[in-house]
Amino acid sequence: MIGVGKIKQYSNVLDKPLTKGKQEVSLSAFAFLFSELVQYNQTQVDNIGELERRLEDAGYAVGARVLELLCHRDKGNRRETRLLGILSFVHSTVWKVLFGKVADSLEKGTEHEDEYMISEKELLVNKFISIPKDMGTFNCGAFVAGIVRGVLDGAGFPAVVTAHFVPMEGQQRPRTTILIKFAEEVLRREARLG
Amino acid sequence: MAPIAPRSGDAIFANVERVNAELFTLTYGAIVRQLLTDLEEVDEVNKQLDQMGYNIGIRLIDEFLAKSNVSRCNDFRETTDVIAKVGFKMFLGVAASVTNWDADGTCCSIVLEDNPLVDFVELPDNCQGLYYCNILSGVIRGALDMVSMKTEVTWLRDVLRGDDVFELQVKLLKHVPEEYPYKDDE
Repeated sequence: MIGVGKIKQYSNVLDKPLTKGKQEVSLSAFAFLFSELVQYNQTQVDNIGELERRLEDAGYAVGARVLELLCHRDKGNRRETRLLGILSFVHSTVWKVLFGKVADSLEKGTEHEDEYMISEKELLVNKFISIPKDMGTFNCGAFVAGIVRGVLDGAGFPAVVTAHFVPMEGQQRPRTTILIKFAEEVLRREARLG
Repeated sequence: MAPIAPRSGDAIFANVERVNAELFTLTYGAIVRQLLTDLEEVDEVNKQLDQMGYNIGIRLIDEFLAKSNVSRCNDFRETTDVIAKVGFKMFLGVAASVTNWDADGTCCSIVLEDNPLVDFVELPDNCQGLYYCNILSGVIRGALDMVSMKTEVTWLRDVLRGDDVFELQVKLLKHVPEEYPYKDDE
């Protein structure tokens, strides 16, 4: 029965009013959950490449949903069609909603036309994670790379997205860079649109 | 030095670092989806979620005790009260209440009206046996295990299955005396 009692029963989750996005949970709750995600995936794979791929896949699902949510709620169902538009959407809006701040920087790659980099001094997901030496260049930021790939893919800008540690002089912990390499078709379309 | 008074859940929540609940919700959804793809059996997924919750609980209790300054609870009633009022508020930002005490005071229900884990979630027809929030039962079980209480935590009511609130039944099985890893006289 619908509408009886204090709490309204919605038979369909799509009928429920959309939350404003202001609710918060503690950082440690998220950190615990993320660590379990990584630990579970470690038991399912044999090598680092697989582990990164699985984290990325998990992130991809998050990204696709974040795009839908934000487009509907914050952008009034407007779609980004330009490359710089979608990049600045990811760099500011998506980062602000998910991590509470805009990303530290957005740069265009100097060597290749199709590469862009979003950098962050310390990714929220990596805050309580330390990588053992024998795991080499593994970066849990692969989850965030997956989120970015999910957003870009859903918006019609297919890309290969990876996360890398970039050691910085004078800083103990390396910076993290999310490298975005757009597909051919995106650049061709962008050139056509002038 | 006088003992520091225990802080309320709201006060602690205002002082810890917080993240957007949607990131938390979506990450949890990704975990459940991965488990469903890998394990395929709903019972296996329930067990795995419980186990993951247990792993979280045994570490969460340390942070909880450190941040909340609660003194030793005298009985099980106080314990569940503290879990509902302080614990849930501190980590998930939601208030829970304790009801349905049985005659000996070993079994009660924790009721959650709001649950950040289940925003945007709907259970499809082929997953009707899934306890989507089973991680919470594991967390409580793990945390209480570390303070010498063996408990059994089960779901009585689940909003995703058509009820109006989330209700967890926490049953105290026994107190386990602390074991020391060395003999006193050696």
